[in-house]
Amino acid sequence: MTGMSQGPVAAGETVISLRGVSKVFGAVSALADIDLDVKAGEVVALVGDNGAGKSTLVKILAGVFQPTTGTMTFQGKAVTLAGPSDALALGIATVFQDLALCENLDVVANIFLGNELNSLQLDEVSMEIRAWTLLKELSARIPSVREAVASLSGGQRQTVAIARSLLLDPKLILLDEPTAALGVAQTAEVLNLIERVRDRGLGVIMISHNMEDVRAVADRIVVLRLGRNNGIFYPDTSNQELISAITGAADNSVSRRSGRRIAVQNEGRA
Amino acid sequence: MSSNVEGTPPSEPLLDRSDVRVRHDTGIGGAIRSLADRVRSGDLGSLPVVVGLAIIWTVFQSLNPIFLSSNNLVNLLFDCSTVGVISLGIVCILMVGEIDLSVGSISGFASALVGVLWVNSGWPVIPAILAALIAGGVIGFFYSVLFNRLGMPSFVSTLAGLLAVLGLQLYILGSSGSINLPYGSPLVSLGQTLVMPPVVAYALAALAGIVTLVTGLRTAARRREAGLSPQSITGLVFRAVVLLVALELIAFYLNQDRGVPWMFGLFVALVVVMNYAFKRTKWGRSMTAIGGNREAARRAGINVPLIYTSAFMLCSTLAAFGGVLSAARLASASQQAGTGDVNLDAIAAAVIGGTSLFGGRGSAYSALLGIIVIQSIASGLTLLDLSSSLRYMITGGVLATAVIVDSLARRSRASHGRA
Ligand SMILES: Nc1ncnc2c1ncn2[C@@H]1O[C@H](COP(=O)(O)OP(=O)(O)O)[C@@H](O)[C@H]1O
Ligand SMILES: [Mg+2]
Repeated sequence: MTGMSQGPVAAGETVISLRGVSKVFGAVSALADIDLDVKAGEVVALVGDNGAGKSTLVKILAGVFQPTTGTMTFQGKAVTLAGPSDALALGIATVFQDLALCENLDVVANIFLGNELNSLQLDEVSMEIRAWTLLKELSARIPSVREAVASLSGGQRQTVAIARSLLLDPKLILLDEPTAALGVAQTAEVLNLIERVRDRGLGVIMISHNMEDVRAVADRIVVLRLGRNNGIFYPDTSNQELISAITGAADNSVSRRSGRRIAVQNEGRA
Repeated sequence: MSSNVEGTPPSEPLLDRSDVRVRHDTGIGGAIRSLADRVRSGDLGSLPVVVGLAIIWTVFQSLNPIFLSSNNLVNLLFDCSTVGVISLGIVCILMVGEIDLSVGSISGFASALVGVLWVNSGWPVIPAILAALIAGGVIGFFYSVLFNRLGMPSFVSTLAGLLAVLGLQLYILGSSGSINLPYGSPLVSLGQTLVMPPVVAYALAALAGIVTLVTGLRTAARRREAGLSPQSITGLVFRAVVLLVALELIAFYLNQDRGVPWMFGLFVALVVVMNYAFKRTKWGRSMTAIGGNREAARRAGINVPLIYTSAFMLCSTLAAFGGVLSAARLASASQQAGTGDVNLDAIAAAVIGGTSLFGGRGSAYSALLGIIVIQSIASGLTLLDLSSSLRYMITGGVLATAVIVDSLARRSRASHGRA
């Protein structure tokens, strides 16, 4: 990765911490009083039902939205993010759920957008090599990096977006449903990648609906429900417990469903 | 012309050639095949305009044999340069997906300003021109403030500007209404008579071919060194030779009459510089990105308002410069300057040349190709002694055709997965 400015972050140091963050869109209170900490070398999974406010939280961390209230501390210093460029400058890289790629530009141009090498005479050769290296690291199957992104499949676009986030050697990576469009092998690559960047001392926030993936890589699982913190769990927590935290009730459609399946199995045995 | 690339052992695939599903076209046959693929999927580039131009020239030449004479073509190039420069500004603003409808008024105002400052107030000509360019830039800056701060659509703000700036033009011209620029002055000579000596024209044509070849070979060498597939040398040489021969023939033909106008040389130089800025600089990349997906560009950390400001200011400054050149061409600054079809011609030229109205696609060369189409129609109809009523109708029809091609190509790109 390109020059790590302040050296690797000491493991265990808190990279980012949020206190009392809320976000209001008109009449909708998307987030209320959120606390969140991510340490260096830690993977935090952010889980919650659709509309729980996960993407909104990620966008606040990425500087896309400004919080209505609350404070943000990055590596011990209070910060306010006026825009995405502030977040990028601090070393916060994001893979957005809605990807945010320019369809009319090719893969190389998208990966380097905003960080082109040699701004008065773009160094296309070096950029192309770097792009291939990043994509190889992700075992990407992309036919040509000189094709417009519009011609890529959903999974390929997701890989491009992930490659893009790794370009600047960030200190904190936010991945909003990074494996949603990926195939089996690619999902495994992304999970491997998350472990690799964690081992290098980066903080990672990952959003996923797949509990198996979450358990596989997360050090902590933060549950959001209706825009509020609803508990912090660890990978050894039972599925039952996790699901009731996400849905907010012990008696919910998920547990009823699994209960029904057990009953059917028992009947079959009898 | 085999699919294997020179200089590397076939056992180890190049970095960018490891995917077996992709057909890699090399050589001239391959170049033609990939061009055909691109066109079929709606990535038309400048193909429609080249075809259109061929049709227009054939028709007019068969109706009036003077049309393609050296003399008429030299006049055509003089006329192209003024509105062409304005159209280059339109390419800038269309690139980010906005529009400036007031370029005609700005050009008229700039020509009036040069007339007033230079002829009436006795300023030296260069400061007068600079003042006109700065005035143009200020107008563009004003639009960008309305756009960035107040979110005013450029369509509306520049429509208001069209009237307001025209008012300014009439105001500074005062009751006289028209100022004659002195014949024989360098500015008027540039607009009416100055042509390159034949040697210079041939040398510049050769230079274009050589630069194309040398930069192409250098890039190919760097790519080969870096383990990427280089462009085929045959194709490169072929392209450079075709360009060189074509330009030399054009220069030769024009030299049969007066020669290549310096003003046209200036216009082409601006086109080449803008093409470089669009294709090879970070600024150009940001412009294209914003035209394609503004929010993605913002999230990539690009200073979006600043890029919009640069696009608006560049457009209006080039419009002002085009106005100065038209004043030179007509040897006058009048109330009529910049009115009538200047606005529409400039916008039509950019679109006809292949710059999309929807933003994010376009090329500086579209201003050059488009204005040649527009001026060919104007010149052909003038030679046939047809009234301007017919000229307006035909130009309108050509513009409509260009926009239809643009829209259809966009739809086809969407269904073929190309942005
Ligand atoms: N730009 C916006 N304007 C208005 N409401 C929004 C906006 N973005 C998100 N919301 C609302 O905020 C809530 C949380 O959305 P989101 O963060 O996308 O949920 P998740 O990613 O957890 O599925 C939803 O109710 C959504 O409608
Ligand atoms: Mg979401």
